[in-house]
Amino acid sequence: MAAQNHREAVVTVPITVPYVRYSIRNGHWFVARALAKLIEDSGVQKKEIDGLCVGSFTLAPDSAIGLLQHVGLTVRWLDYLPLGGASGIVALRRAVRAVEAGDAEIIACIGADTNHVDSFRQNLGSFSVFARDAVFPYGSGGPNANFAFLTSYYMRTYGATREDFGKICVAQRDNALGFPHALFRKKLSLEEYLNARVIADPIRLFDCVMPCAGAEAFLVMPRARAEALGLPYARVRATCERHNAFADDPIQFRGGWVLDRDALYGSAGVKPSDIDFVQTYDDYPVMSLIQLEDLGFCEKGAGAEFVRQHTFTNDGSFPLNTSGGQLSVGQAGCAAGFLGLVEAIRQLTGRNLGRPVPNARFGLVAGFGMVVFDRGLCSGAAILARSDA
Amino acid sequence: MIPPLKRTPRKNPILKTRSPLVPPWIRSRAALGLTAAAACGRFELQVCGRCSAVQYPPREACHHCLSEELVWREQSGYGELIASTIVRHSHENYFRERAPWPLGLVRFDAGFSAVVHLHGGCAPAPSRVRVGARLDKAGQGVLVAFPVDEVANMADDRELREMTCDPKFRKIVVTDAKSAVGQAVIRALVEAGADLIWAGYSEPWKKSPGMAELEKFPAVTLFPLDVTDASSVKEAAASLGGKVDILINTAEVHRAHGISSRGGIDVARMEMDVNYFGLLRLAQEFGPALRARAADGQSSAVAWVNLLSIYALANYPPHGTFSASKAAALSLTQCLRAEMRTAGIRVINVFPGPIDEEWNQTLPPPKLAPDAVAKALVGALKDGVEDVYPGDVAQEWYARWRDSAKVLELELTR
Repeated sequence: MAAQNHREAVVTVPITVPYVRYSIRNGHWFVARALAKLIEDSGVQKKEIDGLCVGSFTLAPDSAIGLLQHVGLTVRWLDYLPLGGASGIVALRRAVRAVEAGDAEIIACIGADTNHVDSFRQNLGSFSVFARDAVFPYGSGGPNANFAFLTSYYMRTYGATREDFGKICVAQRDNALGFPHALFRKKLSLEEYLNARVIADPIRLFDCVMPCAGAEAFLVMPRARAEALGLPYARVRATCERHNAFADDPIQFRGGWVLDRDALYGSAGVKPSDIDFVQTYDDYPVMSLIQLEDLGFCEKGAGAEFVRQHTFTNDGSFPLNTSGGQLSVGQAGCAAGFLGLVEAIRQLTGRNLGRPVPNARFGLVAGFGMVVFDRGLCSGAAILARSDA
Repeated sequence: MIPPLKRTPRKNPILKTRSPLVPPWIRSRAALGLTAAAACGRFELQVCGRCSAVQYPPREACHHCLSEELVWREQSGYGELIASTIVRHSHENYFRERAPWPLGLVRFDAGFSAVVHLHGGCAPAPSRVRVGARLDKAGQGVLVAFPVDEVANMADDRELREMTCDPKFRKIVVTDAKSAVGQAVIRALVEAGADLIWAGYSEPWKKSPGMAELEKFPAVTLFPLDVTDASSVKEAAASLGGKVDILINTAEVHRAHGISSRGGIDVARMEMDVNYFGLLRLAQEFGPALRARAADGQSSAVAWVNLLSIYALANYPPHGTFSASKAAALSLTQCLRAEMRTAGIRVINVFPGPIDEEWNQTLPPPKLAPDAVAKALVGALKDGVEDVYPGDVAQEWYARWRDSAKVLELELTR
């Protein structure tokens, strides 16, 4: 359980810097806009922010330290987490511990990236030594080729169909229709999903996220401080992370969550059936199915059957990616690793920008990412609770 | 199944010739070990000297026990294709132009997984495959999955043809058709399905046996070429340069002298003028034309082949000046490789041991038949390798040289 004392750290002030497909600004601009909005929405003064955690791929040659002088912050605690889709969960873990240990009082956690016309291609070519040596020279298809392998393997091994994946994508698009920051707000039909342009067999256009520019952020602070400031907050019941799990699996049909889920639920004092909504890291629909399996909502390989039995809109039997996920909202680099957390905080504090999940008390957010070679190395998850839960 | 290669229709002369591009070519130093082995036709990976774990991708420490004792060892490449895809959208122009591009994910028997190029003859996943290493258009080592058993038209696979320099349907210059090796190469190229072979000859007043036989092949056309004469080379390039897909430089002069066995430098100068400066003249005149056509459709310019000698690696004192001229040529071919890299033209060096011809008369056997040199050379084109050491003597010298160049020098000079 989270520390039941006056230093219990909570999350508050969910903010989004609106997404754009391309921006002429650099990453620092998006970090600064996020910081400004955190300050504006929280009523906290800039000098009171004494901790900073940033996930970004587009600050080079700066890291978080360069940002401090850029935006004029003095901090007692600093972390730089270019961990892609796991940035948010890991940032949350770090910041909660720091606040509870008294190392910092108010920590800004920001995921931000810009996107220029050639950003994605440049990033692919220099993403990691292994990608440069052993992936990019093979077709240069980016992660699409990697997840095409996984999708094809998963379909063949467990009997999932494209209709199963499509059901998730269509439902998430419905969830995005009311979300003002989503880049895709046109209704998507299953037929359009099934007949879309092939990118890398069997992956088609609507299986892929759209890289864009933007930022997501929140504050971590002691519960007493949030209450004193009059800020609605969500409580952090439990978190977990694991990197490079199951390194000997021939292909990534499961992730680190398998090893950590029992401790996660145990620590949180809840069961999967208590969870009111789930934000998976949905870079591809097959990964959402794998996360649902690995986080205990169904058995390994039963993801497709689970999809057939449930509805995933915010008013459905299993609300999933309640603002549309990155498949409909867009992938703003590391901000995509914060997207689920920020949406979870909104749902649990009644600060929805889009369609609310009715009576949401517990939410689970998963993080995943960093395909350094042939699999996403990072996994993580957090269970958040409404303040009165 | 692989459709057999068809001769393409005549190119539309109004269209701009496609500029050559290469796939991503940056590699870490460790990864270059894979390229170095592939350049010699071998698939090698690092194996831990302490715990025997195979490493992929190449790296600096064993992923299992952290040992730094990583040794490059030949791999059988057997494994299971567990998934495949076809890239239809790529971030690199090279692959955009050549889409759709098949890829596979293979689980190797040796216990690791890898992304590989996928030969069209492989059965759909799950299936057994054999992975080999080839040089891609950037001249870097890449993994290619092949079916375990040969299928028809293996060499005609579209992806594989990007990595090889197959003479089939191509137009080829052989710079010296008078020598026994030159003639053997031409015969081997005819057999390999070359469309056109321009056979060079110098000093036409010196009749050479075998030339009349060559003219009987419909694919062969004789043309005058003297690699010691800049204007001869220039004229040949002006007329043929824009059509040549492969240039094979067989021109060489070979005498059996060291330093003191002959006074004056006139013989040594002749060896240099043909073996080294001849190469330089050819490269200056034909090089740009080959580079410009390196992506010109199915039968594009694709390779430059040099007939060197195993004596280029280590001087053989009885043929000391000849050895030196071949060593000079070898160094220049490394420069040529650098200049051909961005166009994706493969520079192939053939290092035969002593060939069974007049200047090696007094050398003891084993000596290499010209047909054997030709077979190795054409094989190198078909495999797309960079360095070939045909014959037992070459193989042994090369092994000794790899083991210790200094010790080989001592063995030859003591």
